Formats: sequence, C-alpha cells, structure tokens
Amino acid sequence: MKRPGLGTALAVVAFLTFFLGPFFWQVLTSLWPDGELTRPWPSHLTVDSYVSVLWGRPFLRVVANSLLVAALTTGFCLTMGAAAAFALAKLEFRGKGLLLSAALAVSMFPPIATVSPLYLILRAVGLRDSLIGLALPYATFALPLTLWVLTSFFRQLPDELYRAARVDGCTPFQAFRRVLLPLAAPGLATTAILVFIFAWNEFLYALTFLSTPEKRTVPVAISLFASEYREPWGEIAAASVVATLPLVVLTVLFQRRIVSGLTAGAVKE
Amino acid sequence: MSGGGSLERERRQAYLLVAPAVVVLAGVALYPILAAVWLSLHRFILVFGERRFTGLDNYAFLLSDARFWSALGNTAYFTLVAVTVELLLAVPLALLLNRAFPGRGLLRASVLVPWAIPTVVSARLWAWMFNPEYGLINRMLPGSDINWLGAPGYALHAAILVDVWKTTPFVALLVLAGLQGIGEDLYKAARVDGASNWRMFRSITLPLLKPALLLALLFRSLDAFRVFDAIYVLTEGGPANTTETLSIYAYKTLMRSGDFGYGSALSVATFLCVVVLAAVWLRLLGREEGAR
Repeated sequence: MKRPGLGTALAVVAFLTFFLGPFFWQVLTSLWPDGELTRPWPSHLTVDSYVSVLWGRPFLRVVANSLLVAALTTGFCLTMGAAAAFALAKLEFRGKGLLLSAALAVSMFPPIATVSPLYLILRAVGLRDSLIGLALPYATFALPLTLWVLTSFFRQLPDELYRAARVDGCTPFQAFRRVLLPLAAPGLATTAILVFIFAWNEFLYALTFLSTPEKRTVPVAISLFASEYREPWGEIAAASVVATLPLVVLTVLFQRRIVSGLTAGAVKE
Repeated sequence: MSGGGSLERERRQAYLLVAPAVVVLAGVALYPILAAVWLSLHRFILVFGERRFTGLDNYAFLLSDARFWSALGNTAYFTLVAVTVELLLAVPLALLLNRAFPGRGLLRASVLVPWAIPTVVSARLWAWMFNPEYGLINRMLPGSDINWLGAPGYALHAAILVDVWKTTPFVALLVLAGLQGIGEDLYKAARVDGASNWRMFRSITLPLLKPALLLALLFRSLDAFRVFDAIYVLTEGGPANTTETLSIYAYKTLMRSGDFGYGSALSVATFLCVVVLAAVWLRLLGREEGAR
C-alpha cells in the first residue's frame, strides 16, 4: 500500500465531511436541550427529544407500519421475483429479452404517472388507506429491482447444476426449488435488503394512498411532523435518527452486498 | 438430455414461473399508464363525481398553461444541474475509492450513509441545516442571514444540493464498477512509456469509462426528472412556485384540487418527457456499443 499523498488525504477528509457532516449535525441536534437551539453550542446533552418522540407521539406505531409494508413488499416481490428470475436466467422461452426490458422500463416510470389510476383502483377494491393495499403499488419499483438483481445472481450459478438436476429426473420447477434456490440464498439476501430499503423510504404513494394518521409510514410521518406550534427541530432530528439508524447499520454491515447488488443489474447487461 | 417433449415441458414451466411477475407488472404499471391516458381525456373532478369525455381539451389547456411550462423548466434545470454536479463529484470520488489507502473501507461505508437515508429524512435534515436563524450553514457564515429555502433564487439550488448529497454516492458506485473493469496492464504500459497521471486519465480512464458514465447519466437523469420527495418536504414547490417541478404540480392538481382529468394530463406529460429523455440516452448508448 502506497503512502497516501497530501492531496488524497485532503480529498478523503473533504468527502467524509460532506457526506457525514450533515448526519452528525442531525445527531447532535437530537441530543441538544430543547430551549437551547438558539445558542451556538449546547450546555449539556440530553435524550429528552427521544423520550418525547418515542412516548409522547405515536411514532413507534409509525415505525411498525413501515416495517409491515416493507416486509410485505419484500416477501411478495421476492417470492414472485425468484421464480421469474430463475426462468429468465436458466430456461429457454420466447419473450425473455422483452420481459427484462419491460421491467427496466417500469422501474424508470415516474411514480406520479400512475398515481391517479392506482388511487381509483385501490379505492374501488377497498384497499385505499390500507397498509396491505400500499404494498401492491410498491411492486412497481420493487419487482423490477428484484428481477434484475436476482436474474444476474442466477446467471452466475453454473448451468451444469441445473442440467445435472434435470438428468437426475427433476422437473425444471423441482430443479429450481431443490437445487438452485438454496444456492441463490446470498443473492436473495442482497435483494431483500435492497427492496426493504427502497420500500422503507418510499414517499409519494404512501402520502397519496394513506389518509388515517395511525396508518402513516415513517417518511410520511416525518414529512408532516407537527406544524401546530413552532417546528420541533429537536424531535424531528430524534425521529430522523430513529428512522435512519437501522438503515445505516444495515448498510454499513452489508456494504459489499449492497454495492454488488446495486451495480449487478446495471453493469453486467 | 432428452428430446422434444422435455423441451416443450421446460418452456411450459418457464411461462408458469414468470406468469405471476408478468401479471403483477401489467397490473401495477401497464394498466395504470393506459388508464392515466384515458383519464386525461376527461373532465373529472373527484369530489363532485363529475366525469365526462372532453377529448384533447386538457392537452390544449396544458400547452397554454404558463405554470406547466415553468414547472417543466424547473424540472429540466434541476435535472441538468444536479446530474452534472453529481457526475463531476462522483468521478474523483470513484477514483479515490479505487485506490488503496488506509481508511478506504471507512470512506466506502460512509458514502453509503446518505444513500441509505430516506429522501424525506435527508430533506428534513437539510431544511434544518438551511434554517435562516439557527441552521448550521448560516452559523458557519457569520453575518449571513440568507433565507435559503424562502428566497426564489436560492431555493431550487438548495434542493439541488440535497439531491447531490443524497445521490452522488450511487453515481460513484456505478463509476467505480466501471473503473474496476479497466485492466491494470494498460496503465503499466503507459507508465513504461512515461505517461503522466493526467495523460493516463485522459487517454485510458475516460474513454474506457464512457459506457459506465453514459449509463449513470441515463439512470440519474431519469430519476432526477421525477423528483418529488425532497422538494415536497423542503418547499412544497414554493416560494412563488420557483421550485415547483412537474411531479409536484401534478400531485397538487390531483390531490389538493381533486382534478383527476387535468392532473392525469400533467402526469402523462411527465411520463412522455421521461420516455423522450430515455430514448435520447438509449440512442447515445447504442451508438457507443456500435462504436466498440
């Protein structure tokens, strides 16, 4: 390893400050005593904002809502996506390229383009303002992502595995269930993390389709956080940290997986 | 392997395996897009239940709607500036991440932090940074009392900064993946020939990186063009509609005014802009593939 030059060191510090600085400022704000935000520096640190966010507001409920929607989306897209991705990677059939391009095109849809019909559809079937109903439109971004990332994972598994299973008398479906699916577990985990993060962060559909305050997801709750009196910056910061910390931990722990998953579909076309 | 019967069976099972995904994609994307086009041909006010076919009236109104053109201009400006800045920052960042130095792991993990933070949360975080009285930015600029989110010239640029912070990491990762595909041999040969670092960057790195850069541009510009979350939280399109993008205008028309006819026309127009943008990028990418 070469000794880094001054230029490299400066660039590293500059990037770290830019990317982490605002996040640390938010953490500091969340620990800042409420009456002192006007002062240049806090006299002491306190967890008061966390206490009032977690117990004074229905924030835990909101976190549970987000967990439910994100888990539903992940489960439902991975179940369908894994089967389809296996077929796309290992079986011969017509329309393969079309399906992959269609999935890519759908993931580029501006969500606003489908909001009005989806609103009417969900209302007609009684699933507007329902967390289960919200997981359905989430397939617009989650399913294409699943298809692309998982197809590239299944392609990396040797074809011989599939052929050997077929020679041993498995049907294509059995070969998928018994042989390839277990081997694709790391790919499934990567995809699950990505889909979960995207679903957890989604805003426009959640804002449009949910109207009962008790059903709000984390982004909606944070965007609407109290405008009753003055902006409660300390509480907003505390809520943001609570909403973000699990994702930051997840990301740092699974850094390599996330990077490979994000670039899998994009680079190895 | 076995004969035609087995292949036939394989094909049948393949269709069964992809069928659920195809049905869901059609249900959540294809049908709604067609339905949006159909809705846009109506006068349709949700609360009054009023709905009648008016043909292209909504589109005729759209073409003469100054607010639409201003939203289109804001969206285009946002996309152009944000994506350019992101690329200019992402290339040096990726070059840095591609080198071996102590603390690379730390940098690699930390750039993912803004990516993982929900856009709404990052917008709230920056709104507090931009707070005119107590925000970090004005604290660091003594004597400054700029109202970053309330002054027309500043607000759109503040939104661009939030987008740059949030998505530069993703662009850098795409560029990094491209860099890792370039063989070390080329650099070795160039070094033997006495090429400078800058020369190697210009003559080896940039040309070989071009496909990755174009791909990043494609993804990011389509994504930036649909911007909604950050601007909705920062300014809701204000002050005086100077940060109102197409998605924000369409959302307000649909959900605040309950005008599903004209709102759908705005949504369809946004969709068509994205299609045109994608077609242009794909042509460029195709030309690039053809040249190689």
